[in-house]
Amino acid sequence: MANKEVRVLGAWPSPFVMRARIALNIKKLDYEFLQEQLGSKSELLLKSNPVHKKIPVLIHGDKPICESLVIVQYVDEVWSSGPSILPSDPYDRAIARFWAAYIDDKWFPSLSGIPRAQGEEAKMAAIQQVRDGLELLEDAFVKCSKGKPFFGGDSIGYLDIAFGCFLGWLRVTEKSNGVKLLDETKTPNLAKWAVRFCSDVAVKDVMPDTDKLAEFAKVLFAKFRAPPPSN
Amino acid sequence: MASHGVVLLNSWVSMFGMRVMIALKEKGVEYEYREENLTDKSQLLLEMNPIHKKIPVLIHNGKPVCESLIIVQYIDEVWNEKYPLLPSDPYQRAQARFWADYVDQKLYGALRKVLFTKGEEQEEAKEFVDVLKVLEGALGEMPYFGGEKFGYVDIALVTFYCWFYAYETLGGLNIEAECPKLIAWAKRCMERESVSKSLADPHKVYDFAVGLRKKFGVD
Repeated sequence: MANKEVRVLGAWPSPFVMRARIALNIKKLDYEFLQEQLGSKSELLLKSNPVHKKIPVLIHGDKPICESLVIVQYVDEVWSSGPSILPSDPYDRAIARFWAAYIDDKWFPSLSGIPRAQGEEAKMAAIQQVRDGLELLEDAFVKCSKGKPFFGGDSIGYLDIAFGCFLGWLRVTEKSNGVKLLDETKTPNLAKWAVRFCSDVAVKDVMPDTDKLAEFAKVLFAKFRAPPPSN
Repeated sequence: MASHGVVLLNSWVSMFGMRVMIALKEKGVEYEYREENLTDKSQLLLEMNPIHKKIPVLIHNGKPVCESLIIVQYIDEVWNEKYPLLPSDPYQRAQARFWADYVDQKLYGALRKVLFTKGEEQEEAKEFVDVLKVLEGALGEMPYFGGEKFGYVDIALVTFYCWFYAYETLGGLNIEAECPKLIAWAKRCMERESVSKSLADPHKVYDFAVGLRKKFGVD
């Protein structure tokens, strides 16, 4: 369906890269997925994103677009005949953008804070922060979905993408720390939504397998002594 | 709530709040301005922005919109009959969003470091100037970011201009010497009424910054 060449520079474990791929899948677009190697940055990446030198980058024809949420909005606007990703109402858009910013600025850093926490007390505090955030997102889900299956309504939208991309890393964190974060008793709507999201046709082929991701996390920690990607 | 149901909760010194003021003025939107005391936040603010408890908050017909760039996009989309703030071409829009996000990611943090830490001012000053130089590069030879028309990225960045005097005085720097094109751009923006009426007086900002430094024990 793509009139011009569409390429994504990325890596399969990155939740930010996943956002771009889900958006392209929603629009049923073919694209070439060029994977970066851990620990090194390709010439193409450095040329396409000289400011941040980070993935994902969408290259449409010869034009690079950087920053995952900027990419998602770009895909939505260029391929406007496909299913809509952003809500149509300006207020709903503002709410979706607000929660996406919350997830990037506060929630995902709190998730990354769990493996970084030094000592039991700090770990418990970090875990509580993530759980508190999930309760806020549970409320947001109820308000945004208005009784429908996704934040975006009948089908996956901007906020589903912005949040759902982290489900793989959420599960890895649960497993490696022996703790339940997404709890169906505390956040029942989110728990059900998570299952729906992961099985959606636009998501299931790009959501990494939890065990595979856990293995990757071990390699990442060993190589860089650092927790999950924080771009 | 008066003024056609548009209220802005703000603090006069916030470069983020100024962005919203510029956008509202560009669109000719009448609104009620409410100054918040950030050391004693109003019930309304806590109710309208319970997650972050921060200004600016735009309240439109009783419903809150938070986060300055989100508010600016909201204003652009609701009052869409005149003066579009974002370009119409999707690629240009993506570029605008990228650069506005860059300002948020890099500039505020760098500015805070210089103003509110003591000791490594020289290093922090360099980081701040480096960010400004990248932005100057993005501006290139154009009158405004993105081209001939004043828009989204200009709004995102120009509000920092009234903080430059405080920064230069406290950080020991001459920004115009380092980034002359950027200063020329800022002065060009100041010729617009929406900007000159929204930006705070740099000397008052400086006094405020000095006060904050004393409060946090920096000086």
